[in-house]
Amino acid sequence: MKYNINKLSQKQAFWPAVIFLAILLFNLIVTQGVFFRLSIVDGHLYGSLIDIFRNGSKLMLLAAGMTMVLATGGTDISVGSVMAISGAIACSIVKAVDNVALAIVSAILAGLICGFWNGFLVAKIKIQPIVATMILLVAGRGIAQLITSGKIVTVTSDAYYFINGGYILGLPFPLFIVIFLVGLLVLFVGQTAFGLFLEAVGINPRASKFAGIKVDHMLLVIYTISGTFAAVAGLIESSGIKGADCNNAGLNIEMDAILAVAIGGTNLMGGRFSIPASVAGALIVQSITTTVLTQGVPAAYIRVLKAILIVVICLSQAPAFKEKLAAKRAAKSRKAVNG
Amino acid sequence: MEKKRKFHIKNISLLITVILFVLMFVFGSVKYNSFLSISTFLNLFNDNAYLMIAGIGVTFVLITGGIDISIASTIAFTGVFSAYLLERGVPSGFAILIVLSLGVLLGSAQGALIYYFRMQPFIVTLAGQFLMRGLCVVISEESIPIRNEFFKTFALEKIVIQLGESKALTGKIYLYVFIFIAVLAVAVYVLKNTRFGRAVYALGGNETSAALMGLNVARIKISVYAISSFCAALSGIVFSFYTLAGFGLQNMGLEMDAISSAVIGGTLLSGGVGTVVGTTVGAMIQGIIQTIVTYQNLNTWWTKVTIAALLCFFIVIQRIIAIRAEKLKGRA
Amino acid sequence: MSSEKRLLNAAHISKFYGKAVIALDDVQFDLKKGEIHALLGENGAGKSTLIKVLTGVEERDGGTVLLNDREVHPKSTQEAQNIGISTVYQEVNLCPNLSVAENIYIGREPRNKIGKINWKKINVNAKKLLKRFNLDINVSKNLDNYSVAVQQMVAIARACDVDAKVLILDEPTSSLSAVEVEKLFEIMRKLRESGMGIVFVTHFLDQVYEVSDRITVLRNGQYVGSYHTEELPRVELVAKMIGKDYASLNESAVAGQLEEKAGKQEELIALTGVNGPGTIQDFNLKIGKGEVLGLSGLLGSGRSETARVLFGIDHIESGSIFIKKEKVHFKHSLDAIRRGIAFCPENRKTEGIIGELSIRDNIVLALQTKRGMFHKISNKEAQELADKYIERLAIKTPDADQLIKNLSGGNQQKVILARWLATEPEFLMLDEPTRGIDIGTKAEIQKIVIQLAGEGMAVLFISSEIDEMFRCCRRMVVLRDMKQAGTLSGKEISEEAVMRIMAGGEDE
Repeated sequence: MKYNINKLSQKQAFWPAVIFLAILLFNLIVTQGVFFRLSIVDGHLYGSLIDIFRNGSKLMLLAAGMTMVLATGGTDISVGSVMAISGAIACSIVKAVDNVALAIVSAILAGLICGFWNGFLVAKIKIQPIVATMILLVAGRGIAQLITSGKIVTVTSDAYYFINGGYILGLPFPLFIVIFLVGLLVLFVGQTAFGLFLEAVGINPRASKFAGIKVDHMLLVIYTISGTFAAVAGLIESSGIKGADCNNAGLNIEMDAILAVAIGGTNLMGGRFSIPASVAGALIVQSITTTVLTQGVPAAYIRVLKAILIVVICLSQAPAFKEKLAAKRAAKSRKAVNG
Repeated sequence: MEKKRKFHIKNISLLITVILFVLMFVFGSVKYNSFLSISTFLNLFNDNAYLMIAGIGVTFVLITGGIDISIASTIAFTGVFSAYLLERGVPSGFAILIVLSLGVLLGSAQGALIYYFRMQPFIVTLAGQFLMRGLCVVISEESIPIRNEFFKTFALEKIVIQLGESKALTGKIYLYVFIFIAVLAVAVYVLKNTRFGRAVYALGGNETSAALMGLNVARIKISVYAISSFCAALSGIVFSFYTLAGFGLQNMGLEMDAISSAVIGGTLLSGGVGTVVGTTVGAMIQGIIQTIVTYQNLNTWWTKVTIAALLCFFIVIQRIIAIRAEKLKGRA
Repeated sequence: MSSEKRLLNAAHISKFYGKAVIALDDVQFDLKKGEIHALLGENGAGKSTLIKVLTGVEERDGGTVLLNDREVHPKSTQEAQNIGISTVYQEVNLCPNLSVAENIYIGREPRNKIGKINWKKINVNAKKLLKRFNLDINVSKNLDNYSVAVQQMVAIARACDVDAKVLILDEPTSSLSAVEVEKLFEIMRKLRESGMGIVFVTHFLDQVYEVSDRITVLRNGQYVGSYHTEELPRVELVAKMIGKDYASLNESAVAGQLEEKAGKQEELIALTGVNGPGTIQDFNLKIGKGEVLGLSGLLGSGRSETARVLFGIDHIESGSIFIKKEKVHFKHSLDAIRRGIAFCPENRKTEGIIGELSIRDNIVLALQTKRGMFHKISNKEAQELADKYIERLAIKTPDADQLIKNLSGGNQQKVILARWLATEPEFLMLDEPTRGIDIGTKAEIQKIVIQLAGEGMAVLFISSEIDEMFRCCRRMVVLRDMKQAGTLSGKEISEEAVMRIMAGGEDE
């Protein structure tokens, strides 16, 4: 038993999971259990806890995709715009031909193409990831708007609503989407050599090339996955508002995704990564938002809090910071010895 | 012999941008009736002066090879905070001074984090963006109107230009446009004729070399981020002249407009190359695309898409030129 | 000699990195006024560290530096420049996006009372300055419009303009054509006549003998000696650089210990007329199954470049590579790996270790790429492989989970070697495989190489330590300046013979 706990605590996802549980515990105590109250209505579970998982599903998907991009030292700031495009395509198709399956497939395909486009710019044209994804960031919402002719499209389709609002076994459907897709990704990363190759590329791309890894192909794949997951997240969001709001879909969500990955412990400058840890990080970000709101703190402060968090976490990861800290500690101990 | 300097390769990109602008203006004039007029041209400045000021500031950062995506939120924060101060009776002069100082403070803080801890500029300024947006909404969730006399003057006062009888030769320039002109003039002078300005280019060209040649990298880096945020704050003030209100959700995505202006204007995102005049023309191009879109009664999002396409085009071209240059070096 | 005044006098210089790495150990260096002094040494000799210490890039841990008999202790390049020590680096450290004139004056542009830069003065002065260097160019054009040779000259001009007394040239001729090199030497001689002391760091022996007055040799962070160029024959110089005592060589007459193999070996690898991308020229090489071919030469002679071409990292400009008489075309290292080629590179830090990964992951990596992404090596097999090689190569580690970055350099090298052995290649290339490894393991690795050859593996053994190659190579190819300079087989192989070919030139 002891051995098992040791091994478990070595996993990167351990501490984020613990923090998430701690936040839930905090809520439990502070709200005197109201937070955890689950009610069953029409065979469906309701409650704050359920909301965290439902609303956090978008972020969990984005964080999963973003983890791999960040692991190679890049960033994908186009995910919010891809969400907008995905929602726009899906709603337009549903409205036009009422074929939800076609809508979903088209939206996901669009996300795949967007992701591939980003990957192509980064891997083949060798443009800096921020710059490359900037293009889609600027263009994406515009493209989405063009698809919906600038209007907010609303759809009436129970099948479409199910994506966000549906329940299976009493649990919200988005949770299953996340479990399926992220689970698939984790399997792919873990059960093939993809994860190993990706870490190697993030840590030392030149040595990886010498070892036979095709760095370009890896980059193409991860950006494509990031775009695809963003498209699915866009579907969930659009289903939630029962339409497509190109202005606000996925607005600023790339920041939350990066924050989630950072909280999950993956170094933002590249290297070792853990998708489960980022998913836990996403849950933490989501639950912080919920906690803060239930405590009556205005939503505005959350942004400020996130900004501070991101700076603190990145600072702690920055090697220059660690060096300066180590130097200070060395100076202090020298003083202690001499003084 | 010295005059020939004007036709350098480095100025050819500016030439391309200007030609692009002229082509668009000609296209508009040909296609639409009332397009060709002084007022169309002047309105580019009236409507986009705030963008041009922000663009000038961010150009400094881009020339050093960095990036600043906090400017839009700084603009918004400046608008909201000054509106807030004015509402509480703070004299306009003080309010302006306070927000400009805050701009410098924020920029310097970002620059310091980037230099001393070698953090990625993108992450630091992204955090800055979130900080400023958050502070906006902390101050006020709704739009705050500005009723201050000084601001109102700048919002409404204009100079009427009349070069002739016909309507096409009439136009107006608002007073705040002169703020932009002043900023442009100062920026051009600094970048061309001061040691600091040249050091900015040197840093962007090759940071290692700049350090080895004895330039004070810390000072330059922190200064350009301070300048960028200062210009953002100034832009925020001009924007509030333009709208007479401060609203936390305004200027969403403006940082990308500013950066796009710079790239279209010939600034290399890898650093070392760029001019504030080019950025201004880039902003004018954005303005003219918007004008054409309006005349054509198109969805305004066409503007964003066209800008993105132009941006993509310029970035890819930049990259291809860079790859060619590397290949030539390798062969030598 | 000691009575003569010295321009620069560095004595007892030492520099450590952490507790383990001694970059400079009691090194001395002196420079006379009006002298061109070459500084030579192989990899790890300490040349660049010495330069860094003299120019303020790094701080020395011990010793004194006297400039014109005054002690100096520059803490930055700016300070060094101010006291008169300027450096021109191989990667011309100027700004390509600024004009030639600006590059000369950046940071100290002449300006009027209100701070406005005087462009006219800059351009006029720059033009005048460059004329002294036989350069008549348009100084207001951007620097990147000009060739490396011109850029270097601009850098030198800048150094002189800031009143340099000591000019350090770090590998200035690497990217220059023969004509440009001559022009550079003309300028160097001119500067020497004006009283400047020039430190000429290079690996081109021909050039050393053409233009330098004195030579100082460093080896493994230690001072070997200073000599007048005209009094030191080439072969002796090479001997000192690689740590041999030339005088005693003839006595010991260390010869190739392996007979040339009788009978034909099945040809495995062949290169015909291969030119690398700006690197090796006209290479013709044949390596047979079970043969260990030694590749020797000084730094910069093209050893690693040969391996990179064979491994698909560098593309060949012309010529062909054959494996088992079949022409191959490698686009990526994976192509070579899948064809049974393995390459253990020289620079393990940048081309070998994946620092944050475990020993086990590092060992398994190449085998994994060979098998393909979808055939993941099971934890069990990975652990077995790791255990096998930890034992076989005596890798010092508590377990295979240790991050490779925590190991000592020598052990890291062993892990990378294990990585390539694990792919069970038909052709193995080893580039300085025993650098940083203790003597016991050196011998062990040599034994393994012989064993592998015996089992049919072809091996390309690249090393700067000639005697370690003797134990395993029946044939040696010696390179010089990116060309094949000579081949020795069997009894022909001797240290003297090898060094003679390395040194080249007339032996008087």
